[in-house]
Amino acid sequence: MSPRAAWRLESMGFGEVYDYVAGKQDWGAAGLPVEGKLASRPRAGTVAKPDVPTCGLEDRVGDVRERVRAEGWDVCVVVNEGSVVLGLLREKQLDAGDDRPAREAMRPGPSTFRHDVDIEDMAEFMAHHDLPSAPVTTSDGRLVGLLTEEDAARVAHELHAKMHASDEEHDDDDH
Amino acid sequence: MPRSIGREEVRRLVAEGAQLVEVLPAEEYEDEHLPGAINIALRRIDREAPDRLDRARPVVVYCFDAA
Repeated sequence: MSPRAAWRLESMGFGEVYDYVAGKQDWGAAGLPVEGKLASRPRAGTVAKPDVPTCGLEDRVGDVRERVRAEGWDVCVVVNEGSVVLGLLREKQLDAGDDRPAREAMRPGPSTFRHDVDIEDMAEFMAHHDLPSAPVTTSDGRLVGLLTEEDAARVAHELHAKMHASDEEHDDDDH
Repeated sequence: MPRSIGREEVRRLVAEGAQLVEVLPAEEYEDEHLPGAINIALRRIDREAPDRLDRARPVVVYCFDAA
């Protein structure tokens, strides 16, 4: 749609016309702010915990495990220098052997989710697939944070309760 | 010829004073739009663009995605 709009504007005499082809989806996936009625609705990226522990490919699993557990976590995201998600070390992988580097122990290419995915959709997906947590990334794969199933379910439940209360208020207004 | 641009160039152009236009229908714009964008749906462009846009400034248009 936007290419047609751009061409039409140019044909109408607008001299400098640009087309942001990737559009609103790309903007939201990058976690950039938006305006509008749904702008404040919780998303995967706003609920995800940004302080999830991370490590590099060559980090020794035993050292990673010690640090991760000291910080109260049971999972670590393996990233490169640019924070791009490469793998995941869950409890099982963290216990897989002290001297192995993260690249050997990790689960490579974990499923990641975009910043702007609706939290209710996330909660449903995670419950359905028995997914305890999932990394949230920007569209270019950079880590935003880790979304836990517990947090997704809690926020989705709060949102649902809020919407239900709002509907009831409207019903009362109608009487 | 209109030029396709990416996210970072959008941010730069808007910071420099470009006009940002969402060409989706009004309901979609009202739900969510880029900060500072105005809404001129594609089907209203002929009618509204001459009055609402400044020909002297760059214009950046966008919709939902590349599809």
